Amino acid sequence: MTPATLYGLCAAALVAIGLFGLILHPSPLRKVISFNLVGSGTFLFFGVAARRGAVAGFLGDPVPQAMVITGIVVAFAATALAVALLLRMLESGAPTVDGPPEQPDDLSP
Amino acid sequence: MSLLLDLFTIVAVSGGLFFFLAGTVGLLRFPDTLTRLHALTKADNLGLGLIVLGLLPQCPDIVSALKLVAIWALVQLGGATASQLIAEFARRGGGER
Amino acid sequence: MSLAVDLVMVLLILTAAVWTILARDRRDAVIAFIVLGLLLSLVWMRLLAVDVALTEAAVGGGATGLVLLRACARLLPVEADGALPGLRLQVAVGVLCAVVGACLAAVILSPPEPAPSLAPAVAAHMEDVGLKNPVTVVLLAYRALDTLLEKVVLVLGLIGVWALAPDLFWGGRPASLRAAVPSGTLTFLARVLPPIGVLIGIYLVWNGADHPGGTFQGGTVLAAMWLLVMMADLGDPPETRALRLRRLVAVGPALFIAVGLAGFGMADGFLSYPPGYAKPIIVAVEVALALSIAVILGLMVAGPAAKEPDQ
Repeated sequence: MTPATLYGLCAAALVAIGLFGLILHPSPLRKVISFNLVGSGTFLFFGVAARRGAVAGFLGDPVPQAMVITGIVVAFAATALAVALLLRMLESGAPTVDGPPEQPDDLSP
Repeated sequence: MSLLLDLFTIVAVSGGLFFFLAGTVGLLRFPDTLTRLHALTKADNLGLGLIVLGLLPQCPDIVSALKLVAIWALVQLGGATASQLIAEFARRGGGER
Repeated sequence: MSLAVDLVMVLLILTAAVWTILARDRRDAVIAFIVLGLLLSLVWMRLLAVDVALTEAAVGGGATGLVLLRACARLLPVEADGALPGLRLQVAVGVLCAVVGACLAAVILSPPEPAPSLAPAVAAHMEDVGLKNPVTVVLLAYRALDTLLEKVVLVLGLIGVWALAPDLFWGGRPASLRAAVPSGTLTFLARVLPPIGVLIGIYLVWNGADHPGGTFQGGTVLAAMWLLVMMADLGDPPETRALRLRRLVAVGPALFIAVGLAGFGMADGFLSYPPGYAKPIIVAVEVALALSIAVILGLMVAGPAAKEPDQ
């Protein structure tokens, strides 16, 4: 087994673990963190694809690498927006985990 | 000469690894925040210091050696500040579980 | 031997991931997530993607962790931490997630032969552009449109965060980032570190053309220095209505779009560079983008306006 395959399996596990938390955690902040975990796993898939595409004297295919860099920054922006939204939601007194269980649709995969 | 330098690297890096191991054991085994912090700073100071010292002879040029020293100095600054902040927080009674 | 190191890394990552999900306290979960980010940046080193490793450490672990930690501090009195629901549901969802994971693992274990790669296309581009870092070539020449759109997403994200301010506070300062109790140690660090940090940020941007580094990594280091100054209470977050601030936010994407449009007249079309001038143009765009990224990331961590604007 090559290291790239090993990390690919790790990425699959990360997505599964993140999905578990995303579905089960009632608290919106924990959902945001879990969603980030799914994202990290997805990025790692790109890393494996990049490592496998190492040809023509490159250490890895630079296209997936560049896409991951873009993705990490966009994931940060999405997280910051989600956190700002949920803080505002709590300030305005909307019901959260203490109220009836709710599943925010915008965070589902 | 090259053999001597390699030997120096091996000895210094092994020493550094030993301090990291000791620091990790201390972090896991010591009873309270301040003693755990003490263990951690040993790993940071002596462990990283010895590893950087050991790697210096392996640098191809003076610039990469200077970069290594800069990394060491920045980790010292960051580590010392973080330890101080954690200790201040712990002394005020926070973080006890 | 080398695979053993990777195996230990994978075990550490999975432990951090499980801890992130199962930790009772939400602050523990965030700390586990930051640890996971740092471990992942080491994995990117093992996968020989140094540019991604730098971005993951700076943005994935650092900036995202800071946003989540701030949220924890502000949530603490309001929201109770949710425990996971009943065991039966846990098992059902666990099985579902395991199936998803197994499908993904099956995909990984049956890779296409030969592995697809766009590296040769990028290599052809590198000669035209004259840069030596392939990732920068992809970001600013080969797939420049993606990068441009991503900058637009960042600006839109910032507008979205700002739009959450109550009407009364529109245009005012974001909530202060300072620690609850002032600490002399933090103030000391905030005085000593920024000159060095700014130098490292500029170095990363400048170096990005030919070596690992670039606008994202450098811009994030600059943003971190700004945030450190604000956390040590050596400067307040700026008013979000300040014209100079908004110009800094816009300068990077605006220059990028202008260069793209100029490509119609001077080269083959949108976002293509005139032959021979590609490198100086790219470096100029990178500098402007790094400035904008630094300001946008800092403002996103600071959050929406929380005080009335000064009269």
